[in-house]
Amino acid sequence: MRIAIASGKGGAGKTTVSASLAQVWNTPAILVDADVEAPNLHLFCAPAITSSTSTFLEVPILDATACTQCGTCREVCRFMAFAKLGKTISLFPEMCHGCGGCIALCPEKALAPGQRLLGTLECGTAMGGKHAFLMGRSRIGEAMTPPQLRALQKKLELLLAQSKTTAQPYTDALIDAPPGVSCPAMTVAQEADIILLVVEPTPFGIHDFTLAHRAFLPLQKPIAVVMNRAGIPGNAGDMELAAYCQQQGLPILGLLPFSQEIAGHYAQGGIAATCSSTWEKHFTHLRDTLQAFAAKELANA
Amino acid sequence: MSKIAISSEGPGLTSMVDPRFGRAGGFVVFDTANSATSYIDNGASQVLGQGAGIATAERMAEANVEIVLSGYVGPKAFQALQAAGIKICQNIDGMTTGDALHHFQAGNVPFAEAPNK
Repeated sequence: MRIAIASGKGGAGKTTVSASLAQVWNTPAILVDADVEAPNLHLFCAPAITSSTSTFLEVPILDATACTQCGTCREVCRFMAFAKLGKTISLFPEMCHGCGGCIALCPEKALAPGQRLLGTLECGTAMGGKHAFLMGRSRIGEAMTPPQLRALQKKLELLLAQSKTTAQPYTDALIDAPPGVSCPAMTVAQEADIILLVVEPTPFGIHDFTLAHRAFLPLQKPIAVVMNRAGIPGNAGDMELAAYCQQQGLPILGLLPFSQEIAGHYAQGGIAATCSSTWEKHFTHLRDTLQAFAAKELANA
Repeated sequence: MSKIAISSEGPGLTSMVDPRFGRAGGFVVFDTANSATSYIDNGASQVLGQGAGIATAERMAEANVEIVLSGYVGPKAFQALQAAGIKICQNIDGMTTGDALHHFQAGNVPFAEAPNK
């Protein structure tokens, strides 16, 4: 079961929930940091990294001596990787999304496949060997994350498949998803079996959560909610969020109270579930409700 | 004789300079041959997720612009304008397009050799 822990708003608590669920998860899992632009799950899960590989996107290389400036590449490209500037066609490989159309259609064979470095994938184990760990990291300056995320997902599928023949296969993937509702978040959400939305019941948090909910709904995946920072003094959002979830048929699987104690613990690199026995119970409860929700949804699927 | 394009928030020489090149609302084009001004709408580039600078540079090349006056020109836009043989003056902001043109014609604005954004 692939569980994407997503949010809409950044800073809602995705990594807090991911690390804590990993802490209390009762079967071997693969912890995945899919926030490739700013991965931070490793700061909490203390992974032992055993392999690091580079990821690439196929982009065209232009042989200017063979190019007749016919403009076919510019017509086929949707992403401005080719521009007609004066009489010449110029190539901007950093704009390329890697579809390969220009290389296939160039009548002069002036375009050949080359590579653009996307970033790295790091693998290992975490939490004293209890779980596997997989993290993607984008190259600094790389603007596109979906190709890097697809490489990460391919690696995740490989790890899940490989583990099936072992004595203790990984049953689940806990995926710390990217924030927002644009391509990075959607790329991760669409490959998940379950989407757990971490929601902060502030006006900003609820606004972005509803955007995320509306963005993910067409994927037709089971979606559930965990409310983080519940009970902020003077904030009326808890009831508003509960009402929205009830109206939309979204189960709220857990309530994590607003707490200065947990903020301090987290700021020092602590996993919320290890802060106290009370906090551990919050997350074992969330784990149980999440596993029950997933079992029910996947049985009906 | 040359065509000078100034990134602009509006269509005339009294409009304020739009300091963004790639995502400028439009360009006031002054033709030194006949002192006529025209306007190029750049709204199509404003809605692009990526590649606005390159698309805008293409638009400049199509219009046979030879000199661009703007605030900030990004690296890809700069490269594209150079490929098109268009000269670039940047760091222009907080004035009307007419004032920007006067500054340029008075020789107060140097041509840029590298992007400033």
